[in-house]
Amino acid sequence: MSNEAYDKDDFPHHVTSLGTYFFIFAALMVLTIITVAVAYQDFGAWNVPIAFGIATLKATVVVLFFMHVIHSPKITAAILVGSIVFVGILFLLTFSDYLTRLWPMS
Amino acid sequence: MSERAANAHPALRSHFEDMNQQHATGTLGMWFFLVTEILFFAPLFFTYALFRSGSLDPSFHAGFIAASHHQNIKLGLTNTIVLIASSLTVALGVYFAQTNKRKALVVMLVLTLLCGAAFLVIKGIEYNEHFVHHLFPGQNFHWDGAPELARGAHMFYILYFCMTGLHAFHMIIGIGIFLYILRRATRNDFSSEYYVPVEVSGLYWHFVDIVWIFLFPMLYLIDPASKH
Repeated sequence: MSNEAYDKDDFPHHVTSLGTYFFIFAALMVLTIITVAVAYQDFGAWNVPIAFGIATLKATVVVLFFMHVIHSPKITAAILVGSIVFVGILFLLTFSDYLTRLWPMS
Repeated sequence: MSERAANAHPALRSHFEDMNQQHATGTLGMWFFLVTEILFFAPLFFTYALFRSGSLDPSFHAGFIAASHHQNIKLGLTNTIVLIASSLTVALGVYFAQTNKRKALVVMLVLTLLCGAAFLVIKGIEYNEHFVHHLFPGQNFHWDGAPELARGAHMFYILYFCMTGLHAFHMIIGIGIFLYILRRATRNDFSSEYYVPVEVSGLYWHFVDIVWIFLFPMLYLIDPASKH
């Protein structure tokens, strides 16, 4: 009986090479140094998006190679991306509530 | 009764067709758990964004910057490097499990545990510094900077302890999981056919690493150049 969730010939026996793992580690180290370096520069309003962008890039690299999503069934990526989309929707709706109230704060 | 083949792998559970299906199901189940973990951490990230932006109280924007100047960037950076190194050793552990190198797998698991312990020790040193300087939120929180920034600084440290505390809690759980994996690895439970426990434990460890990748710039690197 075939099961379409995975390909028996290909999954799960993909072995990522040691070279790939060490290259990804080196890339993460470089990105960490860049994170610290750009924090000391003044990009005005862009500092936060830059820091968040680098962190997202690092997370993506970890997910794809250390967590093997690049060699996993497509449903794995679909679940992950789907959850991030839903977190985005929750953020959007909650922000639209909080930021449109008149708060008696200060 | 199941029509289990006589030559089936001893680790194959009766409700799975074959080892590949068992592996695919195990990893998919772990991904579903990690998705709930994303939702578990998301409210803290939301609260952080809401307060740091100064949308509710404009003084919080400067308050967060001033509070983050009490953070030790060197220790935070060290912990980032330690954690990424531990993610590498976990990934290499999966590689050595896949290639039937039991001794190398055990070495990688031990290195992972050492990195995890080092992370928690460094975190403890940082927490101690915050306690000594009365930066732990609550009655004894004492802000010796500009008084108008005290509320924002207090909020920063509430979020700092919630976020790093929840993260450190995950690290402690992860160390427990890897002690269990290490015990099984020394018993030679894993092979190229059956390494799904190493794989899914690794997924958890990498997830905790990713959380820290985001926390590091958020909690340590808010405009460090403006520190006088």
